[in-house]
Amino acid sequence: MVSKTLYDKLWDSHLVDENEDGSSLIYIDRHILHEVTSPQAFEGLRLAGRTPWRLDTNIATPDHNISTDRSEREAGVAGIPDQVSRIQVQTLDDNCDHFGIKEFKMNEMGQGIVHVMGPELGATMPGMTVVCGDSHTATHGALGCLAHGIGTSEVEHVLATQCLVSKKMKNMRVTVDGELGPGVTPKDVILAIIGKIGTAGGNQHAIEFAGSVFRKMSIEGRMTVCNMAIEAGARVGMVAVDQRTIDYCEGRQFVPKGQLWDQASEYWRTLVSDEDAVFDTDVSLDALEIIPQVTWGTSPEMVAPVTANVPHPENQPSSDLRKGAQQALDYMGLVAGMPITSIGVDRVFIGSCTNSRIEDMREAARVAKGRMVARSVKQVLVVPGSQMVKAQAESEGLDKIFKAAGMEWREPGCSMCLAMNADKLGNGEHCASTSNRNFEGRQGSGGRTHLMSPAMAAAAAVAGHIVDVRPWLLEGSVTEVSQ
Amino acid sequence: MKSFTQHKGIVGPMDRANVDTDMIIPKQFLKSIQRSGFGPNLFDELRYLDQGEPGQDCRARPVNPEFPLNQARYNDASILLAQKNFGCGSSREHAPWALEDYGFKAIIASSYADIFYNNCFKNGLLPVILTEPEIDVLFNALYEQEGFTLDIDLGAQTVTSDDGVVFQFELDQFRKECLLNGLDEIGLTMLKADRIKSYEQDRAEQHPWVFGAIK
Repeated sequence: MVSKTLYDKLWDSHLVDENEDGSSLIYIDRHILHEVTSPQAFEGLRLAGRTPWRLDTNIATPDHNISTDRSEREAGVAGIPDQVSRIQVQTLDDNCDHFGIKEFKMNEMGQGIVHVMGPELGATMPGMTVVCGDSHTATHGALGCLAHGIGTSEVEHVLATQCLVSKKMKNMRVTVDGELGPGVTPKDVILAIIGKIGTAGGNQHAIEFAGSVFRKMSIEGRMTVCNMAIEAGARVGMVAVDQRTIDYCEGRQFVPKGQLWDQASEYWRTLVSDEDAVFDTDVSLDALEIIPQVTWGTSPEMVAPVTANVPHPENQPSSDLRKGAQQALDYMGLVAGMPITSIGVDRVFIGSCTNSRIEDMREAARVAKGRMVARSVKQVLVVPGSQMVKAQAESEGLDKIFKAAGMEWREPGCSMCLAMNADKLGNGEHCASTSNRNFEGRQGSGGRTHLMSPAMAAAAAVAGHIVDVRPWLLEGSVTEVSQ
Repeated sequence: MKSFTQHKGIVGPMDRANVDTDMIIPKQFLKSIQRSGFGPNLFDELRYLDQGEPGQDCRARPVNPEFPLNQARYNDASILLAQKNFGCGSSREHAPWALEDYGFKAIIASSYADIFYNNCFKNGLLPVILTEPEIDVLFNALYEQEGFTLDIDLGAQTVTSDDGVVFQFELDQFRKECLLNGLDEIGLTMLKADRIKSYEQDRAEQHPWVFGAIK
């Protein structure tokens, strides 16, 4: 038998038809919808007189555009102050009601960022093909799924036919072996990978993350890693199924029970790359060499260890990289050679589909506990990824820790990751952010984003500038914090 | 779906690598539930000096004279010449919608982000891939020669300059056929409804848990 990668197995098991021109028809098991990329798809369906192929495959929730402010949320959809936003959220509700699609509405338990709520409800299961009109859909690959983002035309295509016309990608394996040091998190691992292969390094590839680091990593951590595969250019990121995957799935709302569970989990265990499977591209990193990462520029590949200095553009290997680095420094208001730790922060954002799960909340709370936000920091937003994460965090008292430290505990949504709502940076403000993109203007016009882990972001909030969190996490250590 | 067969037009520059979809169309404009009207906000943050909000009359806004596409010589540009990894970032189809609404019929770059590339074809916008040296040649010609035009022929898979230099480009045959003929991809897939149903039957026997869980 021919050896297969995990991606090969997932692809083959969803192949409906192959065309002579090299394209294929691929079956989609799970389709997740949100308010921003679906209205035009529903409209297209209506105009063509079509109906959804299957209803029990779709699941919807509003996340991108909704307020995270408690009083605004309590006012319901009708109370959304911005008329354009209100119409968009209302349109999702109306479309789901009209077509009979299961939706977790804005204030319902189950609502959350699409890539947080899907796995936690068990709507995402190993072995599935999962799509959503959002590029961070790669997140679901942490459960051994073939998951990727699609555009609105493809949202309509999946609604109408349950299939996508697709072309098989190349196989890439990124192996990280060894032990991560204390205070080094999944976010640091994926930022280090992007720093190594670049923001286009994974173009036209599906990445499997392999090696002992991922085997020992929690499912939440694997989601953080797969989430940012797209920041390395790969639409798909995956981790093979193991006991952690099975344990994570068991008992979740939409996951099968009884005999069906036994059958499903037995199959899921086969979702690993064969030992001698061949990858088109192989990359490896040594876990020991990864230390907390911080982005200094306007692309996720512009990343450096927190202990480094802002790099000199003239040291970049090519002329377009030199030009890009200088443009980035100008935009970021930074000077080459300055220590990363001397960058002051105006606002801090802890949330997003990358880092808003319960583990992330715990990691940030561990740093925030008993400490205060620096006076120079204008705002610290802590935004749980879902209603379930919020409830869990509150049951553990994490909300109280954040509030006592001077941070704001918000309602679930995408928030300042893309700043479609009122949560945004002002012109020129620096933000320590746990999100996934540091593009120009991403978090607000003229805003300056520094991507990092939840622990690092919480520490930056306390210190008022970027700081290496590792000494803070050493048990029993007394930390002097400069204000 | 809109078709693309051949187009000759003035070329405008977007001379930086890794242009992301946030740059192409900033998030505040994604609140619209329409498919059209994004053109005035294409490259909004680079193009205007003030902060863009949905519903503004963009003709009354202060434009950034430093932004190349604001220069008179590129006013009628309908082909965008760009650098590598164009369209990286989010999957928003609003990016090709904005480019198309602005008046671009085609883009020429050395590489694209996968999702953006895919989205272009759904909207009659042709993303041409040439090599980096070829892109350099075109940028030099564009800066030297006012009114620099190119002629793109999808059937022949060629880009031809006024002085007769021909650049050949590659693309998938399925995408080419759909774009040449303006084919409705959903309609094409629905012709295979029986195959899809038979796949579903087999799958339901093998992996029954995939069906029926969400009600």
